[in-house]
Amino acid sequence: MLKYIIKRIIHILIALFIIITATFFLMKAAPGNPFASERNFPPEIEANLKAKYGLDNPWYIQYKDYLFNTLTFDFGESMKYKNRSTNDIIADGFPVSLSLGLEAMFLAVGIGVLLGIIAALYHNKFIDYFATTIAVLGISIPSFVMAGLMQYFISLKLGLFPVAGWNGFKYSVLPALAIALTHAGYIAKLVRSSMLEENNSEYVKLARAKGLGKWTITFKHTLRNALMPVITYLGPLTAGVVTGSFVIEQIFAIPGLGRHFVQSITNRDYTVIMGTTVFYAIILMFAVLLVDILYTFIDPRIKLKGGAKK
Amino acid sequence: MKKPLLEVKNLKINFKTYAGLVQAVRGVDFTLYEGETLAIVGESGSGKSVTSNAIMKLIPQPPGIYADGHILFEGKDLIPLSDKEMSKIRGNEIAMIFQDPMTALNPTIRVGKQIMEVILKHKKVSKHEAQERAIELLRQVGIPMPEKRFNQFPHEFSGGMRQRVVIAIALAADPKLLIADEPTTALDVTIQAQILELLKELQKKRKTSIIFITHDLGVVANVADRVAVMYAGQIVEYGTVNDIFYNPKHPYTWGLLGSMPDLNNKSDEKLYAIPGSPPDLTNPPIGDAFAPRNKYALAIDFEKEPPMFKVSDTHYAKTWLLHEYAPKIDVPEPIVRRMERYKKEAELGE
Amino acid sequence: MTKQHETTNNLTPEMFTVVGPRLEESDKMTKKSVSFWKEVFLRFKQNKLAVSGVIILFIIALFAALVPELSQYSYRDQLGIYNQAPSKDHWFGTDDLGRDVFVRVWYGARISLFIGITAAIIDLIIGVLWGSISGLIGGRVDDIMMRFVDILSAIPYLLVVIILLVVMEQGLLPMIIALSITGWVNMARIVRGEVLSIKNREFVLASRTLGASTSHLIKRHIIPNALGAILVTMTLTIPTAIFTESFLSFLGLGVTQPVASWGTMASEGMGGLRVAPWRLFFPAFFISLTIFAFNAIGDGLRDALDPKLRK
Repeated sequence: MLKYIIKRIIHILIALFIIITATFFLMKAAPGNPFASERNFPPEIEANLKAKYGLDNPWYIQYKDYLFNTLTFDFGESMKYKNRSTNDIIADGFPVSLSLGLEAMFLAVGIGVLLGIIAALYHNKFIDYFATTIAVLGISIPSFVMAGLMQYFISLKLGLFPVAGWNGFKYSVLPALAIALTHAGYIAKLVRSSMLEENNSEYVKLARAKGLGKWTITFKHTLRNALMPVITYLGPLTAGVVTGSFVIEQIFAIPGLGRHFVQSITNRDYTVIMGTTVFYAIILMFAVLLVDILYTFIDPRIKLKGGAKK
Repeated sequence: MKKPLLEVKNLKINFKTYAGLVQAVRGVDFTLYEGETLAIVGESGSGKSVTSNAIMKLIPQPPGIYADGHILFEGKDLIPLSDKEMSKIRGNEIAMIFQDPMTALNPTIRVGKQIMEVILKHKKVSKHEAQERAIELLRQVGIPMPEKRFNQFPHEFSGGMRQRVVIAIALAADPKLLIADEPTTALDVTIQAQILELLKELQKKRKTSIIFITHDLGVVANVADRVAVMYAGQIVEYGTVNDIFYNPKHPYTWGLLGSMPDLNNKSDEKLYAIPGSPPDLTNPPIGDAFAPRNKYALAIDFEKEPPMFKVSDTHYAKTWLLHEYAPKIDVPEPIVRRMERYKKEAELGE
Repeated sequence: MTKQHETTNNLTPEMFTVVGPRLEESDKMTKKSVSFWKEVFLRFKQNKLAVSGVIILFIIALFAALVPELSQYSYRDQLGIYNQAPSKDHWFGTDDLGRDVFVRVWYGARISLFIGITAAIIDLIIGVLWGSISGLIGGRVDDIMMRFVDILSAIPYLLVVIILLVVMEQGLLPMIIALSITGWVNMARIVRGEVLSIKNREFVLASRTLGASTSHLIKRHIIPNALGAILVTMTLTIPTAIFTESFLSFLGLGVTQPVASWGTMASEGMGGLRVAPWRLFFPAFFISLTIFAFNAIGDGLRDALDPKLRK
């Protein structure tokens, strides 16, 4: 088990290394980047960049410095906003995005699991088709489209929730839903098919042969096994929530890290882009690792067999 | 005349599949009395498993359909009962043992709990009492150190042990009828014998009736009082063990008996395999379903389905060979020789 | 249960002559062994959702091919009527530059579908090659190749795509490159998995003992069996690509004006939401419909191919 974690961490570190390096060289190739020989920056920024990045140094020195900076979490300063360091931007935006993201994940899992269970229990009846349709709609309609629709119908037409902004819980509902619904759809389908599969297994047949009722069987037997796939989905879910935030924060004018990231892309604010990318990469990869570890704890078969993974 | 425990009358079961409507069971009749063992024998696809699952209404509907017939348990027809009403009978009055103990037990729940579940559902006892009973059951089915084993998971048991657990679960609420669906097929030969002994022992003690599904005639000789031979969704011959083994009348039964591997056979008789394969039940044949593979098929076999002919009060066979117009065809030689051999062995063994 | 010995009069002694077995009939009566793909097709047909997906895609493809050719307006004509609601002349209305939304939607269909399918094909080629080579050769080569895949898939997909687009300047080609550059790992994994499982199955061993060559094995055994999984994966890659493309267009990284994909149209449409909501609705509707159709088909294929569900 420990061996597995260590192996994964090594993979992550290698991947991070690749990302950081790739980011560096790609940035160098991009027009208007801080490392280019022709630069058109206002004097103070020019001065800062020169000092920070040693812009007249040969590339390998630049690279060495860059690596070193990154390892010490020094992501430099924004190229567009005076006196704003990348770390500041991250520190400002991340908590907002984190709370929005957690809310979205919670909604996704909650709605998804509920829909999936209901669909499976009333298999082939109207409720099943209805729930499955909702799930499919969630999957097919991209989050930003959903956001737009919600803004139009729910905010503008019905006035139930604010259109945009970030000033209290009410402001988080629509954006969190917009992010969550696609994933809720995937989870619902996952839970439904997993439960249907479990329902056809021999031990469920035996449970029925024992005379146990439909609900008893569901909650005591099938549910536990059927929910395992949901845990494996938590990895992609985290990634999806992060990327969802890029667009949703934009649409709902939420001052999160996603929005800053997108703006830095539009502005070609390379230092911020680089720093935020590395930051995101670290978070995402460790989130996936955490989920995998969690999974091995939940399935007693894997645990008792000594954690051997396929 | 004892009152029958279970009466199955003209049971017909279909399955709706993408390939069409499969008539898996096409009119099955049999009766079971208290304390006796009925073996249902047949190849895979004969409908024997569907029949046994049907008795407890375990067939998923859809795609299964109870097209016709009655299943009378202690006089009450089970077919119109709702799932809720059936759940009071399942496990309680009628219980089932499955073929593969590995998949039958829930891998994530401890074994003891899986036994207790049955007791708690059907009997009004305390949790503590249920636990005691469960441990006692483990002991009765021959599992050593039952107190310790009680808390273990299924994968910590060997195949034979797991099947004993499954038997314990089945007997937990003291059912009157036990349906054993190929309980020994997935086990080693030596373990098979042990399980069969266990079942016979438990039956003697508890007076349970058993329906034993199998494709292995050797097992049948060992455990059954009466035998029903199934082919293509119907019972083609029906009688006591002696009737079937010493006086079989249906060519399919001859084929089955002839194809039994016989360790004591010292002559160079070839192992007889019935040629051809069972028919497609989306389009059941018009006459006798076995006719295309039947060495002794009569012209009428391809036109009309034979009725059940009475051979004796206990013995019936569904073949035109028993009609007065039919030529007298006797049991084929190799099989007669076998039967003589068995008779001799049985006498020696007594 | 007794059925009495039937005494019917229409039975004659001749009917009781021994005629013996008819084994050809027995063989015929056993289920007609339908060929593998025919069976898959039959099962797919049963799935109403999947079939509707096929119909929808067909219709969309039809419109995408015909409308821009037959329409009186081109996708870039600016007609001087701004932000007009759907009407007789302009079925989907006009946008803020006076362009006909209807023809733009179908022109955008071409772009979006082209991007999605091309990216999926590139993923297919790289993925199948990588996966089958890795699986067939096995050993150390397999280890190294899959290690590479592992690391690549640890890198968050969208981040890579975004960075690439930032660097490469926007456009159709950069978009396709960016989408397929790490998307192939999924296909590679699946193909390798299939190759491994087929490699070890009895019929391959049997074939080998009969002296079959490797290329014969690949052609006759591995490809047909892996084809199913490959098809399913491809069918599910396309909607992901279309979605990602729309998403990126939303971030301003999409194809450049006046060429428009559904994504860029939706992105523009957001700006005019209060005034001209149809500019968002129509492209958004078709994005969703297309994603739905591909997903339905992919799911249907997967279910139809599932060996466990065969009778």
